[in-house]
Amino acid sequence: MKRFARLFTALDQTTKTNAKVAALAAYLQEAPEADRLWTVALLSGRRPKRTVTSTLLREWAAERAGLPLWLFEESYPIVGDLAETIALILPEGGGSDDRPLAEWIAVIQALPKMDEVERKATILAAWDGQGPVERFVFNKLMTGGFRMGVSQKLMTRALAQATGIDEPDLAHRLMGDWTPQTTTWEALIVAHDPSADLSRPYPFYLAYQLDAGPEELGAPEDWAAEYKWDGIRGQLVLRGGEHHVWSRGEELMTDRFPELAVTRDFVPPGTVIDGELLAWEEGADAPMSFNALQKRIGRKTVPKALLRDAPVVIRAYDLLEWNGEDIRARPFDDRRALLDAALADLPPECPIRPSPLLTFETWDALAALRAESRERQAEGVMLKRRASPYLSGRKKGDWWKWKVDPLMIDAVMIYAQQGHGRRANLFTDFTFAVRDGEALVPFTKAYSGLTDAEFRKITAWVRKNTLERYGPVRQVKPVHVFEIAFEGIQKSPRHKSGVALRFPRMSRWRLDKPAEEANTLDDLKDMLAAYG
Amino acid sequence: MASNPVLTVTDKGIYCPAGDFFIDPWRPVDRALITHGHADHARAGHARYLATRAAAPVMRHRLGDIRLEEIEYGEVRTIGDAEVSYHPAGHVPGSAQVRVEVNGEVWVVSGDYKTEADGLSEPFEPVRCHAFVTECTFGLPIFKWDPQAEVIADINAWWAANQAAGRVSVLGAYALGKAQRILANIDASQGPILTHGAVESTNDVLRGQGIALPETIRVTPETKPKDHPGALVLATPSALGTPWMRRFGAASSAFASGWMRMRGVRRRRSADRGFVMSDHADWDGLNAAIRETGAETVLVTHGYTSIFRRWLEEQGYDARIVETEYEGESLEGQGEGEEAA
Repeated sequence: MKRFARLFTALDQTTKTNAKVAALAAYLQEAPEADRLWTVALLSGRRPKRTVTSTLLREWAAERAGLPLWLFEESYPIVGDLAETIALILPEGGGSDDRPLAEWIAVIQALPKMDEVERKATILAAWDGQGPVERFVFNKLMTGGFRMGVSQKLMTRALAQATGIDEPDLAHRLMGDWTPQTTTWEALIVAHDPSADLSRPYPFYLAYQLDAGPEELGAPEDWAAEYKWDGIRGQLVLRGGEHHVWSRGEELMTDRFPELAVTRDFVPPGTVIDGELLAWEEGADAPMSFNALQKRIGRKTVPKALLRDAPVVIRAYDLLEWNGEDIRARPFDDRRALLDAALADLPPECPIRPSPLLTFETWDALAALRAESRERQAEGVMLKRRASPYLSGRKKGDWWKWKVDPLMIDAVMIYAQQGHGRRANLFTDFTFAVRDGEALVPFTKAYSGLTDAEFRKITAWVRKNTLERYGPVRQVKPVHVFEIAFEGIQKSPRHKSGVALRFPRMSRWRLDKPAEEANTLDDLKDMLAAYG
Repeated sequence: MASNPVLTVTDKGIYCPAGDFFIDPWRPVDRALITHGHADHARAGHARYLATRAAAPVMRHRLGDIRLEEIEYGEVRTIGDAEVSYHPAGHVPGSAQVRVEVNGEVWVVSGDYKTEADGLSEPFEPVRCHAFVTECTFGLPIFKWDPQAEVIADINAWWAANQAAGRVSVLGAYALGKAQRILANIDASQGPILTHGAVESTNDVLRGQGIALPETIRVTPETKPKDHPGALVLATPSALGTPWMRRFGAASSAFASGWMRMRGVRRRRSADRGFVMSDHADWDGLNAAIRETGAETVLVTHGYTSIFRRWLEEQGYDARIVETEYEGESLEGQGEGEEAA
């Protein structure tokens, strides 16, 4: 673990990408294979599950430190991270226990099978035996929230440096349904045969946001456009008589969308489709709202009523594999023609629909179509260069998302709470209200959109203008107005205001506007009527 | 506690009715007893000042032509019906705790203090008292400092690694105290040491009173980093990440503060390194200092006051919070009441 802790420290101590990649590449060459594999797994989102409740960890840590539990509880929100609070509060450790990373993870994975006495003894022994950084890393692994400030993309780059294998090739190898328990470094990375795994998806190609208009992209005829649907981006993998559905976050979702099973009967094996999963009632001309789909996301098995109320289809964007052949390198136009041909004769009971391409000859014409996005339940339009291959990851140049402008409302900040992790000790989580006569009605929370400098400024203000404390939440003077940007609005009986916003964030601090001039509940209801 | 307390708190500061004086007041008063030269304790505008001989030069430098009387550590003065003496607080050079005795009742005001000897400031001395007025900037059990020698070794190693990589090392530290503590302890033979103007001004004052510091070079608009390869630059915390730093190119930046104990803060400062070093007492230091005073009453002035008060109460002290305007080692901005330089 000391080697891994050194890697963690090296990554934590620099903000420079090249230094991070170099440190990780060196580790991936030197560490034992089992540790390397676990590191790759951790950095591609394959974290061990939380195996001990946080309540027990707090109690045991306070006990080990000889401190009352309340003092631990007071310290925790100030640090903002449970694993770190424990590591900081424990007495100086010995640091003599240097089992490798993979062995510690095995210890963590064995915890659920132990009874509480044994579990406690195991964890206390682990704390006592490790130095401060190893303890922190161990706690992070145990509490299931491990992040190292290295994206999967950077990890893949470091892995490419360490192994000499191409980055896109590695990205593909790392996709799919593996864990360090089901494979080895040799099988996954070195002697890899992608076709061995029938379920394996391709790395998703992700678009950048187009901030200015499309005029700078060149001639409109070089570009294909379609609506950007507001659902779950997914890949439907049909191979060897099986089907698998993957989310963009590489989560296997096959069982959540049982209506896609029939696609096996209509589409030949050796086909991989990139598309958007949407809740869509038969015969409707637009998908249902994201809310309807959201009910399906959290469920591993789907009750019949929900299958009927929110039936799911996949709107196909692209064809990545056809007749068992990886066709990602071919131009978009060719892939799209193959896709249209493959889907042309499907009967309505097969829930795959092509995402229609938009017809436009000028950028102005496309802008007009984009303006209709919201009423079609779309987030904007996607632009794809007709000659472009299907790349992996987020790459600039060939794919752009041109979203509609967000909806905006001016709201009054009424509650504030401190953030966690990097934002510990800063007030970053706010509740906003609209006016309703003399009253203020809370309607949304927002966490992002301000600069660090603005967060520091508002933090200082909150400290001096707290009216009341409710645990970690502070009620503040209703003085500051923020412009809240959001992507959609829905009716919600669970909220006092009667609405729920989609992706709210602070777009501007309206220092120019007094609270009396913030928007009203009626304004919010008008928006609901227009866009809900 | 006696029916007439030795010290009370008014809207101007901590006040002694028997001697008619204030200790570290935050509004102008006639007579101010000052614990040390940081701006949140030594403010402008008082008619008369009393401070240690070692604290006086910095105060004159910062506050200009003030009416300042000097006192030696341990020397007893009678002011009105109170007997007053100053005792080392170990915070910065010249810093003191102020002992006030009235009719046999002894109160001590700690100012800011740390219990570890730093090789620069007069080391902290516990003073027996009935009531102890203490800071608790780092009054949480998550704050524990490594021995200074270890932190200094880390700084030396970081500097050497940057030299090997051809990078300048820029270290943020408070202009009074922390910067000189680092200077007095690092291995100055490793390379040239450059200083921000605010740090160098304080260096000049301290050298003038006979405190030995290694040779330093003040950074001016004409300073060319190329002329000082492998340099360590001591900057004020507020200079980190500003245009002032650009002249050093792809430098490695670091910040020395007790707050660096927390990863979230370390990352937010977006310095490359955070060295955990404070001129305030850590959790164990606070508890040990309070224990050694033998006081039954403890008044906490600034820091995590409500949590620390509850802890002290559970330990059997009569503990209370007094609201003051001291800042301690601030997380945001400059701290210690220091102006951004």
